[in-house]
Amino acid sequence: MAEINRDDVAHLAKLAHIDMTDEELDRMAGELAVIVDSIKTVSEVAGDDVPATSHPIPLSNVFREDVVGDTLSNEEALLGAPDNADGRFKVPAILDGE
Amino acid sequence: MADLIHLSADALAQKLAAKEVSAVEATQAYLDRIDAVDGAINAFLHVNTEEALLVAAEVDKARADGDALHPLAGVPIAVKDLIVTRGQPTTAGSKILEGWQSPYDATVVKKLRAAKMPILGKTNLDEFAMGSSTEHSAYGPTRNPWDLDRIPGGSGGGSAAAVAAFEAPLALGTDTGGSIRQPGAVTGTVGVKPTYGGVSRYGAIAMASSLDQIGPVSRTVLDSALLHEVIGGHDPHDSTSLTDPVGALVEAARLGQVEGMRIGVIKELQGEGYQAGVLTRFHESLDLLRSAGAEIVEVSCPNFRYALEAYYLIMPSEASSNLAKYDGVRFGLRVVPDGAPTIERVMGATRAAGFGDEVKRRIILGTYALSAGYYDAYYGSAQKVRTLIQRDFAAAFEQADVLISPTAPTTAFKLGEKLDDPLAMYLNDVATIPANMAGVPGLSLPGGLADEDGLPVGIQLLAPARQDARLYRVGAVLESLLEESWGGPLLAKAPAIPGIAGGK
Amino acid sequence: MTAGTDEVLSFDEAMEKYDPVLGFEVHVELNTKTKMFSSAPNAFGDVPNTNVTPVDLGLPGVLPVVNGVAVESAIKIGLALNCSIAEKCYFARKNYFYPDTPKNFQTSQFEDPIAHDGFLDIELTDGTVFRVEIERAHMEEDAGKLTHMGGSTGRIQGAEFSLVDYNRAGVPLIEIVTKPIEGAGSRAPELAKAYVAAIREIVKNLGVSDARMERGNVRCDANVSLRPHGRETFGTRTETKNVNSLRAVEHAVRYEIQRHAAVLDTGTPILQETRHWHEDTRSTTSGRPKSDADDYRYFPEPDLVPVVTNEAWIEKLRAELPEPPAERRKRLQADWGYSDAEFRDVVNAGVMSSIEDTIAAGVSAAVARKWWMGEISRRAKLADVEPAELGVSPELIVELNALIESGKINDKLSRDVLDGVLAGEGTPAEVVEKRGLAVVSDDGPLLEAIDGALAAQPDVADKIRGGKVQAVGAIVGGVMKATRGQADAGRVRELILERLGVEG
Repeated sequence: MAEINRDDVAHLAKLAHIDMTDEELDRMAGELAVIVDSIKTVSEVAGDDVPATSHPIPLSNVFREDVVGDTLSNEEALLGAPDNADGRFKVPAILDGE
Repeated sequence: MADLIHLSADALAQKLAAKEVSAVEATQAYLDRIDAVDGAINAFLHVNTEEALLVAAEVDKARADGDALHPLAGVPIAVKDLIVTRGQPTTAGSKILEGWQSPYDATVVKKLRAAKMPILGKTNLDEFAMGSSTEHSAYGPTRNPWDLDRIPGGSGGGSAAAVAAFEAPLALGTDTGGSIRQPGAVTGTVGVKPTYGGVSRYGAIAMASSLDQIGPVSRTVLDSALLHEVIGGHDPHDSTSLTDPVGALVEAARLGQVEGMRIGVIKELQGEGYQAGVLTRFHESLDLLRSAGAEIVEVSCPNFRYALEAYYLIMPSEASSNLAKYDGVRFGLRVVPDGAPTIERVMGATRAAGFGDEVKRRIILGTYALSAGYYDAYYGSAQKVRTLIQRDFAAAFEQADVLISPTAPTTAFKLGEKLDDPLAMYLNDVATIPANMAGVPGLSLPGGLADEDGLPVGIQLLAPARQDARLYRVGAVLESLLEESWGGPLLAKAPAIPGIAGGK
Repeated sequence: MTAGTDEVLSFDEAMEKYDPVLGFEVHVELNTKTKMFSSAPNAFGDVPNTNVTPVDLGLPGVLPVVNGVAVESAIKIGLALNCSIAEKCYFARKNYFYPDTPKNFQTSQFEDPIAHDGFLDIELTDGTVFRVEIERAHMEEDAGKLTHMGGSTGRIQGAEFSLVDYNRAGVPLIEIVTKPIEGAGSRAPELAKAYVAAIREIVKNLGVSDARMERGNVRCDANVSLRPHGRETFGTRTETKNVNSLRAVEHAVRYEIQRHAAVLDTGTPILQETRHWHEDTRSTTSGRPKSDADDYRYFPEPDLVPVVTNEAWIEKLRAELPEPPAERRKRLQADWGYSDAEFRDVVNAGVMSSIEDTIAAGVSAAVARKWWMGEISRRAKLADVEPAELGVSPELIVELNALIESGKINDKLSRDVLDGVLAGEGTPAEVVEKRGLAVVSDDGPLLEAIDGALAAQPDVADKIRGGKVQAVGAIVGGVMKATRGQADAGRVRELILERLGVEG
């Protein structure tokens, strides 16, 4: 199994949308390497015959009736918004200006 | 009315019902206590004085009018700040939610309101419940009432410390890998992680959805049972909520009976890595249970040794996705870098400034475990280990009605001691994690003080899924035998807290 | 990024050199009352951010709950596409950051879609049947709506900021994905259009979607790649997004074939990317290149439990399915006795269901066709609406036809009656009365007119007397002219022959 290095952390930080300074990347790479090293044996424990468990208690077919319930008012919806305009959430441009 | 705050929730409820004391008096007594000691403890992030007194007054009026009231009406409670509440801020212990107010109540909070339990405020925690010491809170650490230089456990250190310091008779916690039970152990209080799905998660800010569970924090086993019955039961807003009735938990705690029960000692959860004083107290508890007529058997759960590894893949994987919503678009912090930045850059800067190191570590680790090429080896393998852990539990419960172990390998460590060593910090959860992985219920109760440091030791009981009542039945017996041997509750031995008024 | 600057080869030339391979991802918005995972209304065009619950905004602490009707709709779509229905399937999180995605992950399905491995037989205009293999149909949720502000174009490029409305966030979607479609050759654009039309017709017929492409109820992403004749391996594909009308689907596929051919002719490889369709220039522009950054880190949604189907449930839903559109067409054509050409015209005019309803209301197939393909289609064309939208009910046609058959009015007058009815003047009978439109049935004025017509055309009168009865039409025409159409032509004929002493 692969080790985790600084470039990996930089890539993961980009995927996770967390800006990191060079110093942070170095530190995080060091810490994660230790953690990953300690948990990597997990892949050697269970064979192919062991099924995965994603939910601790097996339930199925939990459905909601198709009936309209309470909604938030526009004001309530926008109450915590960092910025809003025209009844909507306002966000900076999605693409670079150029 | 200093004695008022030392009553158990059950005793207080009885005095309220008998009109020997009013809900306003009780609530005010707790608010005064918070005012007196929370400057030293820092258990509360927000104190809800006005609303708590208002609800208490309603209870008193209703009682005077002869209205029917819930048995716990007027008994105050503290709520972990991971659970959303209308009318109070909810921060999850993070800068990224500083000042945010939820427009809706968590299901458990609705149930507290329906029972008319005054909510004293919101308690401190490791940021997004990620930690075992409450040191990862963005709002400063909570201190252990037994020794202010030590950690109160985590992530729910605030709830446990509040109850231990008599700032609240009851509190709500959340437990993903031990965040209710381990703080209970190191503060000499009781904490219960119910069966997964037994209490609705709607409104509990998610860390790892398949592991998280809300549960009671209290000073006695019976008090936890009382609170558990308030918050438990099916909720259509949570798809993983069980439809089973909550069960007669209070009855089980009041009966307390172990004669003829088989209690299984988990071979893998003792020995190496466990503090000597912890093991001594643990073996004393076994002797007491044996003397009460229980049969102590040894069971082996060989795959528990992989539980910590699997947990540190599953938990961060789910957390990395659950925490993606904190991006500065809809709520919470937004950090805008210089220039005319795109939303991408705003998200990156917001998350960089809003999340602390431990949260970032887990998000990056989870992103790694789920990413293309690693999924099978990491997340996929961890989910298989989960199956093996469930099989271990199934086999163990063939031989025993409940299982028993120390809750945590050590007593409370010093603040800062493990802050720079994430791996050492993670090891605190080694005994509590298997229950979350399998969804089974667990209870931690005080087992005495370790000889070497005089600090509380926790005893953990585990039961099969949906058999939460067994925890209360056995826990109540052990609690009464231990208190008999100590000549009173363990918390009576706690040192006085220097009065440093809180500024909240 | 200017539209339409790419070189293209002529379509015929492209076809001489290359085989196109197609693939489609069609998103169908379901018309359930509520969203996929919340009880917010699934409604179009309301005040922004009002059809939202905390779940749709992805607020801290929320949990999704699956809409059971949406699941049944998905299964019905699967069955209508001849798919196998999964015995057990999970929801999965698709993780990516975008401000229209409230949780920064989309709840979708990944490894185990609810329906898989089906097919759809597509009939082209000349009657050729082409089988399209369906890979999967899965459930997921729609995103919110972004409006780009500032800049000149209202497009994402050059915008200063964007506004987000989450009313659409969480609307149930079924994504239908085909396997690669080979062998369509030069009919690829036509097949593309016919395929999307067939999907739209099926979901509309099932009643699970409003299926209005102009509202985005059915949205198509079209994949195109080319390979030289005789080669087995597929070429590099592009995915054209935002193709939201049937005509656009046809044009976009044609355009991409021509563009690919021009690129390949220069020896340059095709860049794997998304393309955006522009209706105004009928061309595509480059979107985002596909890259490693598209690491969606799918994992099973821990907050939702799996959907498990069984034979009884599936068969119950199968029994509820309406007749498939293609079979229905075959049956109706046979029942009505229309020629292939007549029937195709009826289908293309979009009046098949109207004719069916009208026949059911009590007229012959010929009469129904006369009305819907004649007068009503003519009016629809003038008003630029669909014939069915004119408000002509089957009952109205039955009444009009009864008036004609009873001789009260004739075909020409019936148009005036229709005018009156549509203008709200009352029932056909009332309009006849009010407008004085009844055919002249009093023989007196008719005989006068007949005498006049006979006198005006003595040679014709002689021919009739001589036994050439078919010449009577000319005299009838004269009479009708004189009575401004208000005579019953049949009665006029009888009277003329009577007058001339000829047997009819």
